[in-house]
Amino acid sequence: MAVAGDQLTQRGAAQPRVGWAPWRRALWFHYAFWQRTWKGSIVSSFLFPILYLASMGLGVGHLVNEHSGGVQGVSYLDYVAPAMLALTALQVSANETMWPVLASFKWVRSYWTAVSTPVSARDVVVGKIGWVTIHVLMVGSIYTAVLAVFGTLHSPWAILLPLAGALTGFAFAAPIAAFSATQESPQAFPVIYRFAVIPMFLFSGAFYPVSQLPGWLQPVVQVTPLYQGVALCRTLALGQGALAMTCVHIAYLAVLAAVGTVVCIRNFRRRLEV
Amino acid sequence: MAHGSVGAEESRWWSGDSVAAVPISNNAEPLVVARGLVKRFGAFTAVDGIDFDIHAGESFGFLGPNGAGKTSTMKMVSCISAPSAGELRVLGRDPAVDGPRIRARLGLVPQEDALELELTVMDNLVMYGRYFDLPKSEIKRRAVALLEFAQLSDRANDKTDNLSGGMKRRLTIARSLVSDPDLLILDEPTTGLDPQARHLLWERLYRLKSDGVTLVITTHYMDEAEQLCDRLVVMDRGKIVAHGAPRELIASHSTREVLELRFGVGGHGPRAAAIGDLAERIEELPDRLLLYVHDGDEALAAVHSRGITPESALVRRSTLEDVFLRLTGRTLVD
Repeated sequence: MAVAGDQLTQRGAAQPRVGWAPWRRALWFHYAFWQRTWKGSIVSSFLFPILYLASMGLGVGHLVNEHSGGVQGVSYLDYVAPAMLALTALQVSANETMWPVLASFKWVRSYWTAVSTPVSARDVVVGKIGWVTIHVLMVGSIYTAVLAVFGTLHSPWAILLPLAGALTGFAFAAPIAAFSATQESPQAFPVIYRFAVIPMFLFSGAFYPVSQLPGWLQPVVQVTPLYQGVALCRTLALGQGALAMTCVHIAYLAVLAAVGTVVCIRNFRRRLEV
Repeated sequence: MAHGSVGAEESRWWSGDSVAAVPISNNAEPLVVARGLVKRFGAFTAVDGIDFDIHAGESFGFLGPNGAGKTSTMKMVSCISAPSAGELRVLGRDPAVDGPRIRARLGLVPQEDALELELTVMDNLVMYGRYFDLPKSEIKRRAVALLEFAQLSDRANDKTDNLSGGMKRRLTIARSLVSDPDLLILDEPTTGLDPQARHLLWERLYRLKSDGVTLVITTHYMDEAEQLCDRLVVMDRGKIVAHGAPRELIASHSTREVLELRFGVGGHGPRAAAIGDLAERIEELPDRLLLYVHDGDEALAAVHSRGITPESALVRRSTLEDVFLRLTGRTLVD
């Protein structure tokens, strides 16, 4: 048993433990929280993309299909549908990693509660970003099933769509959470929405091929993470696109996710462990 | 196991687990040992080389005004923030190496409640307990006892946002006990509460104390420190200026009684000079004169016999406030 003076000796059943991976506890927290509050988020994370799809796919789609016979060989609905998954990934990630992250530092102070337990700042980050990724995966799975029912998927690779969405969500969640962890007020968030999220949303090639844009703008669009996510989702859904380019999309998003996570852990530690 | 016994461990009513009565601490070594502890934030030194020991079963206080370095000290003792210099051992271990393992045995009641307001009272306890890897059934079992302790049993399924300030505070304390900690750390437990809620909370903390829970309390209320702490250190500007039991501190740094005199606006200075010789020491505060004397009534009679009539006079016992004033020349709450 313990050496004399070791005051961390176990003293019976049901003792508090560090556990083999405290980040699981941080992840469970978000899951449990979602379980208790999901009804409020269902509209924004699920109904919203479906409505968007109906409006764009059916409304705009009708026009496009009549005038130019679809886009890149498929109907406009089929063209837009997988892109909406990437947009949803962005939206869910941004929603969960801006205000909620700041609130967990400043107002609700959940992160401070977490780090007063066996959980550390790093676990808090892994739990948070892990949960956002899983949440996007859940939303993406339902969304993909809906797309399948509507017959907009043209390739067996489409089965990987939820994963592509999750990777896109991860690639946004990590750097945005890293940024939010440095903020003292929510002032910057609407600015990010107006000058980053919405422009990406409009110009990422979700609603029309990037080749429609002026030549100088195309490379600008192509370095945005959303373009990469949209392209990846569309490739999987339609079975078009070169393998090499697909690898570039995946690598780009994976690097962004990894770097974002490292910076995020650093920023959380700076704020929580001082 | 060669451990000394901590008798009061047996009354851990909320864990209800007889096995938990096995003592965990070796009396030989204090639960917390700090030597030359320093915390710096850039050029600012919040904690400037302090030493203290906290023993199992005692209630230990850090008394000082806002900005004295109490919260920074608490964060180091809670193994959340790392010391900038000095030695710190908590539960016999080094926080830098065993932070998570030590934190598994601590309960922290932070200055701000940090409750999940969207969730129910019960869920707040369950979700916190899960951070400690405790089974949900066990947490729920403890939660029932803890909610009774916090006098919140009938609010278990209410949204936490609907609780009053005092109730939230009690819930935060109940939450910190879910893991059955060896050391309960309370940072300004009653700041911001109305008097009635404060007294109720004190009564609850007193019960924990008599149950043998080791308490570490920071406060800038001298009455709180006097009521709850067996031993305390007085902090000012990052340093410890005195330490001991509240009564000892008062006995060694102040007189038995204090005569408080109020005069009209601007009348304090000349009056202080006229009656200064009646007291061992005299303090001039903006609104009153404090005469440190052995017998307050006698001193008041002497004041009257000199033909000086204050607007009001009050004889009281010396408190920690007087100790702090003596040591630092300032009041605790400003």
